Amino acid sequence: MIVIENVNKTFGTKHILKNMSANLYKGKCNFIIGASGGGKSVLMKCMVGLVTPETGSITFDGRNFLKLNYKEKINVRKDIGMLFQNTALFDSLNVEENVAFPLRMFTDFSEEEIIERVNFCLSRVNLINLNKLFPSNISGGQKKRVGIARAIALNPKYLFCDEPNSGLDPLTSRVIDELIKDITKEYNITTVINTHDMKSLFVMGENIIFIHQGSKWWEGKKEGIRSSGNNELLAFMEASEF
Amino acid sequence: MRFFQHFGEYLLFLKAVFTMPEKGKIFVKQIFIESNNIGVGSFAIISLISTFIGAVSTIQIGYQLVSGILPDYLIGRIVRDSNILEFAPTVTSLVLAGKVGSNISSEIGTMKVTEQVDALEIMGINAANYTSLAKIVAGVITIPILVLYAMMLSLVGGALSGWMSGIISVESFVKGLRTDFMGYNVVFALTKAYTFSFLITSVSAFQGFRTQGGALEVGESSTKAVVYSCMSIIFFDYIISQLMLFK
Repeated sequence: MIVIENVNKTFGTKHILKNMSANLYKGKCNFIIGASGGGKSVLMKCMVGLVTPETGSITFDGRNFLKLNYKEKINVRKDIGMLFQNTALFDSLNVEENVAFPLRMFTDFSEEEIIERVNFCLSRVNLINLNKLFPSNISGGQKKRVGIARAIALNPKYLFCDEPNSGLDPLTSRVIDELIKDITKEYNITTVINTHDMKSLFVMGENIIFIHQGSKWWEGKKEGIRSSGNNELLAFMEASEF
Repeated sequence: MRFFQHFGEYLLFLKAVFTMPEKGKIFVKQIFIESNNIGVGSFAIISLISTFIGAVSTIQIGYQLVSGILPDYLIGRIVRDSNILEFAPTVTSLVLAGKVGSNISSEIGTMKVTEQVDALEIMGINAANYTSLAKIVAGVITIPILVLYAMMLSLVGGALSGWMSGIISVESFVKGLRTDFMGYNVVFALTKAYTFSFLITSVSAFQGFRTQGGALEVGESSTKAVVYSCMSIIFFDYIISQLMLFK
């Protein structure tokens, strides 16, 4: 479980996150939604340690990330898997090497064990016979799947997905959604999904956090959105034709 | 004021770079790959440039020494010293600042803007160390070797052009090369080569690492990497010459 308490972040004179607090639950797909520029990405960057907030705490199963020393932070980061919006695959490495990368860096597995794990992760995301291709030679949907395979290679406790469906066709989006949902349940991961895609939210969302102008505007289950009475959230939903 | 800010950031970057790599085996593999990219990849251009610099310097020195008073072999001696002391280390490094520096900067800059560096950080890997240390080490190993190779080839080019143009015979040229040879000059050239190789790779890696934005900014970083590398080479060329030639 990830607990965010009173997080504030400013860039220059812009107050991006204002007293943000939220709970992100284990074994569930936690959605962070909101308009562009509302602070979703900054919140996610704060959670994964790419941006340091001025105040507040972000606790990963009792470990306050912001108070940890460098080595302790690295240990938390080894429990994090992340799927980037643009996949962020290493373009000098092929598919197999990309998925093997965290295994080679952080485990003492033999080469056979690494390849076995890589093949397992790739088959888990329904990718076979692409091991030797480079990211530039595969499609957007396949890249996302390789990104997920890399993210789950080390059996993470927390999976962060930044706009997992951006740039994908509806069918591929659905496949990626199902995949993230299945992996979350299968490995009992705390999954955090940052998205605009309301269709994904209604398919797999369990805990929803709506951010508006840097503040948490609403939090609850997807079933409660329509009856939330929150004008901004309803307008956001309407604009997405739901 | 901005210079000091950038210089401070550069030092902090170096502090992050010079830490123990996460996995020694992967680091050694990276050094071999980078040595191949930097060293073997620059072999052809350095061969071409150093041969022609040697050739041109022989012709120009021959042109300036046409008096009949000074012996021929002096051409060989002057070509030798000017190439060992200046042309081979400095011109080679300036060329490599363009070729290797822009390559390092754009590679790391692209990794930065496509979130590959963020991916490394999130995995718990020191991204500055992972992306840059092997490049710096490979540069410091291979660039001085390229400089030594450039020295030899420029002398060969000088002898050939002297012989082909009829300015000086090969025998006289070789006599000039062997007259009053000082091993210290090679030490001086190698000191410059090691310093310049560190500057080219570290300044370029730093410029790449501080890239933010998109393709435009990657291009800007690449240009800055070449410009700042060249400027620092020229500056340290002066400093090292002053310190080592006039003690």
